Amino acid sequence: MKTFKRLHCLNAVIGFILAAGFTVVRAQDAPDVGPHPAEPPKHMESHIGNITGHSQAAKSDYRRYCAGCHGDLGDGNGENAQWLDPKPRDFTIATFKCRSTPTGTLPTDQDLYNTIGRGLTSSYMPIWNTFSKQQRADLVAYLKTFSPRWEKEKAGEPIKVPAEPPVTIESIAHGKALFTKLECWKCHGPQGKGDGPSAPTLTDSKDQPIRPYDFSAGRDDSRFKCGSTNEDTYKIFMTGVDGTPMPSFADTIQPNDAWDLVHFLRTLQVHRHGKENDVLKAAGGKIPAYVEKSEAPASGSGNQGAGGQN
Amino acid sequence: MRVGTRSDVRLIQSLVTSGLILAFLILSGSQSANALPAFARKYGMRCSACHESWPMLNYFGQKFKDNGYQLMNDKDSPIWQNPSYWPVTFRMTPIWHRVSTDHVAVDQAATGVTRITSSGFDLSGLDFHTGGTLEKNISFYVLPSSDNHASFHFETVMARLDNLFGSPWLNLKLGKFELDNMLSEKRILTLTGNGGIYQLYHFTPVGDGNIFGKMGDNQLGVELMGHSFDDRTRYSAALLSSTDGNVGLPYGNAYTGFFTFSQAFDTGKLGVDRIGGYAMVGEAPTYYRTSGGPTGVLAGTGISNKSFHREGVFGLFYFGQHVDVQVVTQHGWDNAWFGQGYGDLINGAAANNNLPGTFLPTGSQAPTWNGVLIEPHYIYSPQLIFLARYESIRMSRQANGSGCIACGGSGFPSPSNLGNIATYTVGMRYNPFMTSRAGFAWHNEFNWLHQDGTGPMVGLSSSNINTNELLTGFDFAF
Repeated sequence: MKTFKRLHCLNAVIGFILAAGFTVVRAQDAPDVGPHPAEPPKHMESHIGNITGHSQAAKSDYRRYCAGCHGDLGDGNGENAQWLDPKPRDFTIATFKCRSTPTGTLPTDQDLYNTIGRGLTSSYMPIWNTFSKQQRADLVAYLKTFSPRWEKEKAGEPIKVPAEPPVTIESIAHGKALFTKLECWKCHGPQGKGDGPSAPTLTDSKDQPIRPYDFSAGRDDSRFKCGSTNEDTYKIFMTGVDGTPMPSFADTIQPNDAWDLVHFLRTLQVHRHGKENDVLKAAGGKIPAYVEKSEAPASGSGNQGAGGQN
Repeated sequence: MRVGTRSDVRLIQSLVTSGLILAFLILSGSQSANALPAFARKYGMRCSACHESWPMLNYFGQKFKDNGYQLMNDKDSPIWQNPSYWPVTFRMTPIWHRVSTDHVAVDQAATGVTRITSSGFDLSGLDFHTGGTLEKNISFYVLPSSDNHASFHFETVMARLDNLFGSPWLNLKLGKFELDNMLSEKRILTLTGNGGIYQLYHFTPVGDGNIFGKMGDNQLGVELMGHSFDDRTRYSAALLSSTDGNVGLPYGNAYTGFFTFSQAFDTGKLGVDRIGGYAMVGEAPTYYRTSGGPTGVLAGTGISNKSFHREGVFGLFYFGQHVDVQVVTQHGWDNAWFGQGYGDLINGAAANNNLPGTFLPTGSQAPTWNGVLIEPHYIYSPQLIFLARYESIRMSRQANGSGCIACGGSGFPSPSNLGNIATYTVGMRYNPFMTSRAGFAWHNEFNWLHQDGTGPMVGLSSSNINTNELLTGFDFAF
């Protein structure tokens, strides 16, 4: 009897072990959702400060955290993509919205690293700041395996951002004038609500409908697509948001003009507590008409802002 | 003939077991299941984004929970959801398991005790999760839960005000909720009777009447919780009714505090590791007023509160992407009155009631103990995890001390090891698919538990209990 009892137990335990082993074998080629890359991704590296990211190290993290939206092939066609608006980024074309580099160029590793940790507001891209720095650097390297551009091109040279001039009612007035002159309102609307006359017609580079940023919804914790600071907003003007209708104004406006535009846009965030709204409030809540002075210098930096020209 | 018959039965059992395993081997390739776990469906993310292995959270999932089930983007408010969206998840687990326990008192056994082994198909209870946001920064969670006979109770009912004054450091929760255990028992990866809980979270010494210090049970109260933007630093402080989560104010006017603090560190290629500590300090009644006799306890009349505390440290240590180890320690202390069985109400009656004029037996003392829980994981891939756990709880001071006279009903001192627990668990969970639509795991587990001196001849060192359980099943949520 004891022999039978032992056999019974042994049968169960061996069966359990066999089943576990079989599962491991199956898991080695575990059927993942979506197609697998035809070829194993090439090795890429990223360099974030003194951290070197390796693409092979991020394979598991990419599957766990990213592939559901961006797809196993990095083409933005993960199984959840059909439900998401806006659509996830297609890494195979290597066009990125948030860069410190001129429009049309590849972003720096640091740009991609920052985007992962910051997330993208107005989208489903979360704030992945729970990763270790090494994990983020590895993921940056992994994203670079999806497009041949990373082998053929170098990242663009980051633009230089001059120091922000003081916020004055004049700089805000000049920014408002630029907002009109550059026809920002056509997309973003006169009050920055994202309801300009062109807004319904806008599409991104993949012909997906896209909405202009609604400044008016901004509160104290508001973020722009590519950051939350004035400097981040400045970079958006000067680098553009590639893959969207938002162009780069680097060839159109001068650095101090861009700062004035930043100051004005902040006042469109009427619920936000900030120095721009404080200045506006001190001026009686109304933005005076901007009077351009032809003798004023056309460009400048630092404290030579447009606001000081009036 | 009799032997032959039983042999045949065992042979059939063996064949059934083999057939069962074969069926699992075949079914392990299954790709079906298309339902909608609540949060993954809302945000369109794979389960694996928040769960190291479902249902255990990873760091990102912990942050999501700490933010009040919000990603902290502009999609958090329910106004962004399709009106047909209803944040509900069911979870249930059909299983086959085999349980074997020795030293069970049996009338037919020659020695009065024998080993009992039983096996068969079974069901877990049903969890009916619903949670999410009522509005941006106002979240909720309701979990009616049933046993496997469909007898329901409210496991969790809470609402939470998130990011008060715009700060992640201030979040206020009210209701019945899981304590802020960094190693969450509600998200435990194991399912067996003894391995499916953390013994450390429920331990009470033999004969002890304090049920109020079970940090694994959901409790009624209010919790203030806060964390840094990246969740590296977090704290919580909860004020709880000393009722062990039982509704209707059945005990008395006593409260318990539960406090945690932890800090995570970026350890380079190892990952993000966390260490912290917790403390549970409270009081609970030992004297209940009665009506119509000693068994007629009046609910809510408990007084003569006595104190207890539990404290410990914990660590979540990652060693690269594939290996992590979770550790929790505990030192526990109960007032001597609890040690003598005062405190809990059993079926509404006070087994021991600290009526005026009651005295503790000579030699009785406050029981203390120390314990440790170590749980390593090997994550082969986001779809396959192997796990193990070792728990050990050792009494450092028995309620019935060496000078004890007529203590605890036994009338003699307790052996120093009475009630000590050692338990080992090994298991694996395989998720055949990863989507945002459903969670499904083929679960396999083996648990062995040993406890000193709690067999039928309680108090004798020879009456140790050994029990083991083998379990396999499908764990799914949709």
